[in-house]
Amino acid sequence: MTDTFSQAWSDSLQALLQRGSSAGADLVEIFLERTDHIGLLAEQDRITSVNPTFAKGAGIRVFLNGRDGFVSTNDLSQEGLTRSLDQALAMLGLEASDLSTANGFEGLSPLRDYGHDKETWLATCPSMADASSRLLQGTAQLERLGQHLQVRRGSYARDWQEVLVAASDGTFARDIRLHQSTGLSVLAADGDHRSSVGRRYGSSDRPDDLHTWDVEASAAEVCQSAGKMLRADYVEAGQMPVVLANRFGGVIFHEACGHLLETTQIERGTTPFSDKVGQSIAHSAVTAIDEGISSGAFGSLAMDDEGMEPQRTVLIKDGVLQCFISDRAGELRTGHQRTGSGRRQSHSFAAASRMRNTYIDAGPHTPEQLISSVDNGLYCKAMGGGSVGPTGQFNFSVEEGYLIKDGQLGRPVKGATLIGDAKEVMPRISMCANDLDLAAGFCGSVSGSVFVTVGQPHIKVDTITVGGR
Amino acid sequence: MTFQSLNAVQLRDRIQLLAQQAGVQHWDLGAACSDDCSVQVDRGEAKQLKASQRSSITVRVWNSDGLVGITSTTDLSDGGLQQALDGARQASQYGNPDDVPQFSPLATAPLPELNRPLKSRQGILPLLARLRDAEADLLGRHPAIQTVPYNGMAESLSTSLYLNSDGAVRTMERTQASLYLYAKAEEQGRKPRSSGAVRLALGSDELDIPGCIKEAAERTVSHLGYQPIETGVYRVCFTPEAFLSLLGAFSSMFSARAVLDGVSLSNRDSIGDSLAVPYLSLYDDGLHPGHLSAAPFDGEGTPTQKLCLIEAGKLRNFLHSEATARSFGVQPTGHAGLGAKVSVGPDWFVVQTSEGSSSGSALNHTTCTDPFVLIEDLSALHAGVKATQGSFSLPFDGWLVKDGERISVEAATVAGDIRSLMNSIVHLEQNLEITTRGVAPHVWVDGLSITGEA
Repeated sequence: MTDTFSQAWSDSLQALLQRGSSAGADLVEIFLERTDHIGLLAEQDRITSVNPTFAKGAGIRVFLNGRDGFVSTNDLSQEGLTRSLDQALAMLGLEASDLSTANGFEGLSPLRDYGHDKETWLATCPSMADASSRLLQGTAQLERLGQHLQVRRGSYARDWQEVLVAASDGTFARDIRLHQSTGLSVLAADGDHRSSVGRRYGSSDRPDDLHTWDVEASAAEVCQSAGKMLRADYVEAGQMPVVLANRFGGVIFHEACGHLLETTQIERGTTPFSDKVGQSIAHSAVTAIDEGISSGAFGSLAMDDEGMEPQRTVLIKDGVLQCFISDRAGELRTGHQRTGSGRRQSHSFAAASRMRNTYIDAGPHTPEQLISSVDNGLYCKAMGGGSVGPTGQFNFSVEEGYLIKDGQLGRPVKGATLIGDAKEVMPRISMCANDLDLAAGFCGSVSGSVFVTVGQPHIKVDTITVGGR
Repeated sequence: MTFQSLNAVQLRDRIQLLAQQAGVQHWDLGAACSDDCSVQVDRGEAKQLKASQRSSITVRVWNSDGLVGITSTTDLSDGGLQQALDGARQASQYGNPDDVPQFSPLATAPLPELNRPLKSRQGILPLLARLRDAEADLLGRHPAIQTVPYNGMAESLSTSLYLNSDGAVRTMERTQASLYLYAKAEEQGRKPRSSGAVRLALGSDELDIPGCIKEAAERTVSHLGYQPIETGVYRVCFTPEAFLSLLGAFSSMFSARAVLDGVSLSNRDSIGDSLAVPYLSLYDDGLHPGHLSAAPFDGEGTPTQKLCLIEAGKLRNFLHSEATARSFGVQPTGHAGLGAKVSVGPDWFVVQTSEGSSSGSALNHTTCTDPFVLIEDLSALHAGVKATQGSFSLPFDGWLVKDGERISVEAATVAGDIRSLMNSIVHLEQNLEITTRGVAPHVWVDGLSITGEA
């Protein structure tokens, strides 16, 4: 077998798919993967860590009567793949067979090769020397622009992945993916006052992305935020109106609602929206999209991890639920059509319905109009991480916040956590501004950590619980 | 390469040969191999059945300038190992001359005895049958329990090893099994509630399935009659699990690596400083009998040991790798990973009342009649903890306890500062509980801010 995934794998994969189909499987899917990752860390004015990682492996999934068995292995030999397939079949009570009477398997379609014009990407990515140099420029800019900085860090990760998907429904597709992310972070300290601030930037399919990164602007943003937050008081807890900034403010929709619109949540019975298609679940100001097609966005794909091209999926239109984010298993078990959203971190995970680039669409207002509409509230300029629980309760931290008093921005505050319940909060998003922007992130869920984009314009939530002191 | 063929001596000989051919004199590596299977069910049906065979290796090399490079790979063929060595040599050109790790001086020291016998594995279909029964049992415990959306039973066999070019050969093999059951319960007109339980064992035959079902049912049902809590300052009792998770989120206080990087609340001179009330002591004991995942050595081959971190409220030791220990002039403590920049982290916390000391209080969460908040579980620690600042603001599951009656708290957060919290502990209960994170009693703390929706 060749090291590179290509048409040359066709005979081997067809033999495996035939073996699985002959055993009585409804569907057999094979996902092959090779990765080449490098991570760099700069601290102060030194490169302190360089971590190259190479991996390869296969994930084999067998469906029977709506159930599935999944086996992953690092062994890509024919013997290793056959052993894994047989193990997956045995999980479902099926016995492998070499009979040629394949159960509905009519051979693989011609290879759809989305990677054919991407072969040079890996070679044209920044070298270790280039990447090191850019990171050190970043930490030098932090030193130049910041005050009271105790720690300055820059990070860079390049993830190159080649995948090949073959399934007994004829699917045969290959792709090469490239994701790069850079980050700058600081810890500022002055006496007992401390602030830690970080920002991450990411792209897909742009080998020269690190060269076009605006180091100075990124460093200025981080330093400005750290300076503002260094002496900020802790926020006073309570319920209040909140204006969330654009870009990473979109994590509220991602956590509070996006996860509940994945078909995996219907399967688990953990979404309150399972029977709400066609009904209002949000304020009429809210239209929400999940798509995998924006050029260069962190969550964009040429095909998903099940070989399907991504789409632009309107999830909510004027507050009304339109559809769910679905993968192969989701379609099989819930009836919601696949949306090109079957994603996984690696071959070790079975694909699941996952978000890609997910955002609330722009509205008619200016950000100033949102802030001026609030008498006493909180402006969340930068968000930290968050999560959603099994009953739809979400939480996320505010990294940079300001009080709003009489429609004007006031003093900075720290330590705020926004908590709530998707079903209750979505109808309270009453205003959307006209400044939609996206931010790169990582989403961890049932099929591992995947590259995503969150986004929104400035939005106003009429009332939400703000945890603090 | 399959699971059975990860042989330390063979791997050492292959790497040695490849390293010689590449002109590499000084190298070490960590390798791991595992064979796992797991099942999930959904209302009596198999939901997903999974198995995996994984192998990986991380190799470090020192170049002719003495700088270190590292590379990881899952490809243990000769071609894969060669690629890893080449990658590590290339990375070594960017090694940090200010912080060069060396072999641990304890990499060939005798290892502690660990009584963790390997258990036979049952296979996926027996696991499935037992998990189905467990789910059915749990669903039958209360009419409000409608589903068990998060559940799983798993078993694994794994091998880890550490080798270096000075002749160190460390190997360990272990089996482990786990069960988790998280149920969702809902009453008409009210929000759904969820809770659960986890059990670990060396083998799936030893899993305490009845105990897990009972605990998951009791915890879930106890949250049905929820009410919002008023925002205010409360006396709080942390369950052992909750206290250990909070302490773990601030473990950089004890990490020499974090101290050297300037991202710890501690500094080089903090040893001897008062960190907590005098009746609290804290150990990191990776050899504790309750620690089923115990390993006899760390990523650098240093033997695992019991280490006192806080004695009678005062900071006594930091956790060290070889490099940080050299910088501090002490011995490595067995808490290192393997890297060009070696990470340092805790293993298994043991929180207890200091010997010969007492809080003078008799508080007990089962008998106390004065109002307090019992925090059972903290969420979103990755988002709500600012370890470099000492602050936290975290959602929690728990109860407001009044006159012995427990009322589940609807969506609320607890916020504070870890240094203040450690000095606001008013009592550690006598009974130490072994959890999946470590060992601790119920811990009482005064004056924590809680935000609720009342």
